[in-house]
Amino acid sequence: MKGWFHVFLILAALPLAAQDSCLTCHKALEGSLQKPALAFQDDIHAHAGFSCADCHGGDRTSGDMEQSMSRARGFTGKIARGAVPRLCARCHSDAALMHKFQPQQRVDQLAQYQTSVHGKRLAAGDTAVANCVDCHSVHDIRAVRNALSPVHPLRLPETCARCHADPKHMAKYKIDTNQFAQYRGSVHWEALSKRGDLSAPSCASCHGNHGATPPQVASVASVCGTCHVLFEDLYAKSPHKPVFDSMGAAGCVVCHGNHGITKPSSAMLAGPKAVCTQCHDATSAGGVASADMGALIAKLDTALNRSDAVLAQAQNSGMEVSEPWLQQIEGREHLIKARVAVHAFRTAAVNKPVQDGLAIAAATRKAGEDALKERDSRRIGLGISLITIVITMLGLWLAIRALEARPPGEGLGVGG
Amino acid sequence: MPESETPKQVGESWLEERLGLASIKEFAAHKTVPVHSATIWYYFGGITLFLFVIQVLTGILLLLYYRPTTTEAYESVQFIVTRVPFGWLVRSIHSWSANLMILMAFIHMFSVVFLHAYRRPREITWLSGIALLGLALGFGFSGYLLPWNKVSYFATKVGTDMAASVPVVGEQIARFLRGGAEVGGATLTRFFGFHVAVLPGLTTVLLVVHLALVQKFGMSSPPWLKDVKLAQMKFFPNFFLRELMAWYAALGVLGSLAAIFSWELGEKADPFASAPAGIRPEWYFLAPFYTLKLIPSHVLHIEGELLGLLGFALLAVWWVALPFWASARDGTLRTRWVQGAAVALIAYLVTFSALGYWR
Amino acid sequence: MIHERRFLARWLLGGGFTASIVSFLYPALKFMNPPELPEASVNEVTAGKVQDLKPNSGKIVKFGSRPALLVRLGETEFRAFSAICSHLNCTVQYQESTHQIWCACHNGLYDLNGKVVSGPPPAPLEEYDVRLRGEVVVISRKA
Repeated sequence: MKGWFHVFLILAALPLAAQDSCLTCHKALEGSLQKPALAFQDDIHAHAGFSCADCHGGDRTSGDMEQSMSRARGFTGKIARGAVPRLCARCHSDAALMHKFQPQQRVDQLAQYQTSVHGKRLAAGDTAVANCVDCHSVHDIRAVRNALSPVHPLRLPETCARCHADPKHMAKYKIDTNQFAQYRGSVHWEALSKRGDLSAPSCASCHGNHGATPPQVASVASVCGTCHVLFEDLYAKSPHKPVFDSMGAAGCVVCHGNHGITKPSSAMLAGPKAVCTQCHDATSAGGVASADMGALIAKLDTALNRSDAVLAQAQNSGMEVSEPWLQQIEGREHLIKARVAVHAFRTAAVNKPVQDGLAIAAATRKAGEDALKERDSRRIGLGISLITIVITMLGLWLAIRALEARPPGEGLGVGG
Repeated sequence: MPESETPKQVGESWLEERLGLASIKEFAAHKTVPVHSATIWYYFGGITLFLFVIQVLTGILLLLYYRPTTTEAYESVQFIVTRVPFGWLVRSIHSWSANLMILMAFIHMFSVVFLHAYRRPREITWLSGIALLGLALGFGFSGYLLPWNKVSYFATKVGTDMAASVPVVGEQIARFLRGGAEVGGATLTRFFGFHVAVLPGLTTVLLVVHLALVQKFGMSSPPWLKDVKLAQMKFFPNFFLRELMAWYAALGVLGSLAAIFSWELGEKADPFASAPAGIRPEWYFLAPFYTLKLIPSHVLHIEGELLGLLGFALLAVWWVALPFWASARDGTLRTRWVQGAAVALIAYLVTFSALGYWR
Repeated sequence: MIHERRFLARWLLGGGFTASIVSFLYPALKFMNPPELPEASVNEVTAGKVQDLKPNSGKIVKFGSRPALLVRLGETEFRAFSAICSHLNCTVQYQESTHQIWCACHNGLYDLNGKVVSGPPPAPLEEYDVRLRGEVVVISRKA
């Protein structure tokens, strides 16, 4: 029965054989033989005119299974995991070929991959590491910018986590598996997932994608510094850099962590959760500096909040204070600058923006207090005019009484 | 040859020859006001007029700085309130006085109803008064849009949408009001024109008619005192001095409200933003607004809103025609009916306005 | 007695009336006198004199309620943009060495047309018109 079915299919498919016999037949099958054919409809290679045979070999024009899947015609069947990178690279490292489809397409992915931990291990025979199809998927490969692609910025972390968060898988490599969980609690993931800011970093931004390696201890600051330029500059010139280098400590990571980077705050400088006191004694130069910097920043923060309170009070009394509110924004920018300056790890560097910010906070607070004074003087003005009104009303009343020469209510001019 | 006159007498006779004010002075000297327990209600018309004059004066002052375009309206009001000396005061007085004037107008109207002052021969005084109330509400509706903030934009949108649901001519009325298909710059220009030119012109004409008729017929006494010989108070100076006291009291209240409860600037209107929750019109439109909200969308295949508007139209016609159905054929007054109707109307307005405010 | 009452009444009335009229007229007259800054600056702002800015330099000025960046390229060529970075709203600055506009927060770069060159900003900077009224630089919104 099955045989007749196949014959029927082949006969029915003959007119379409010229297109892609692999797809035509496999779409009519079931289970794991059908899945790739259905998935291939979404594949970017299919849209570019490629066929199964371009990777698996064989003859796409023939409707005869013997011919289309013949070894003689190059059919390779299921591709071994170790052979995947080279297979993809057959096209993807061919500049002349790739540039027919996308002039700016990079063609160094294989070269990069071979420098990565994944690539090196694969070359050494370990097929459990990631190859091209583990990340890019197979049969339904989509462009990176397509939101359904496993390597789209919003989906990349969970793709890496498929292995890297699996303790059983990573056990033999003795690598931690908490990175993904940590990353999900980080500011960067929040920017990516909640704000939709695709420029926010995920795994590949710091580790690289094809040439994936962890940043080395000495280079961590440069990695962070690709976006956080000022911090890298300041850190490089600060006393911490030579010390951390000699300790083999990884720059930014020491205080901020690597995967689970949370929003920093003044609590990191001083107080029970302070980071500085983990190394610096309270009486040491470093301890004093961190306490001073924390105190300065807290002072500016408090001053700005006080101004906010006065301005809010003035606004709620009906005074118009939009100008000082704007200045507060400028004041907050100085607070940000002060927090940036912390990374020079010198009190003097933090002091300058704090003083600038305090000047603004003082000005806005004065503006708020002036507004409150103006409100009070308006009420005094009101009081004065109310007094004149009451006096006039009193005068009118007395005039009426005098006119009528009797208590009001009787004898009102012309008699009744 | 006349004896030598004082400069004052020379001046007076010069004016008399050219203006002929002697008859007016005669009239004024003899004008009286009946004195009885309800005399206090006689003040409310005058207070309404006084507040209208305040509106005109503060409005003229605001005109010196206001700009009626979508890019500048809000900013010009902000400018008035922050940069112009006492701008905050003039603007707050204008906004508060608008509300007080409409309240006083309602009180005046209801006092006329309860004292039956609408009865023959004062029917036209009543009609002109109702028209003036309508104009006052028009002032309120058009003026509310002018600061071009979020609340005023959406209140105008809701109001013009309601106008559009009038059958047959609704769309055209709405288009005429809005100056287009949507509330926008064209609406602002139009409402400004209505508010500072058209409505003041119409109000002036109707005021002259209304006041002239009041002078002609004098103050009406309530019908239950018609057989009583009432004491009379001279208008000048006795009643007038009292009226001044009332006006000064109103000024005091107005100044206090304006200085202590400054009128808000709000946020600039953004036609592309969605309506904030709880949008509602000014208090004097709350009762019909809430009524429409309550009516189900369809009642026996008729659109609910249509039914509501029809109801309001009938109510309005019935109320305007009060002097005509209040008098029976034999000349007696259906005082109980009128009182009942007025009490019912007040109850409806107060209850539904309160509900509209708090729901 | 009546005369005394009349006298007091007259003084209170006259004095009170005059005082109250003054307390009404005083704000009204002050209101009519135009303030120093005669207009609300909404669509146009003066940004100082030409001499205040050297060629190949930039400065932040207030435009309505937001900061704007004024850049002087040459003797007579000026450009102006909204100074709010389209990434996370930090204030941008002019980089004299590279003739580019830079955002210090996350290293965003814009060119002198306001277009994004590199970094996280998703959108270009809004450009404003700059004109010279004699010696005075005037920034206004594009029509």
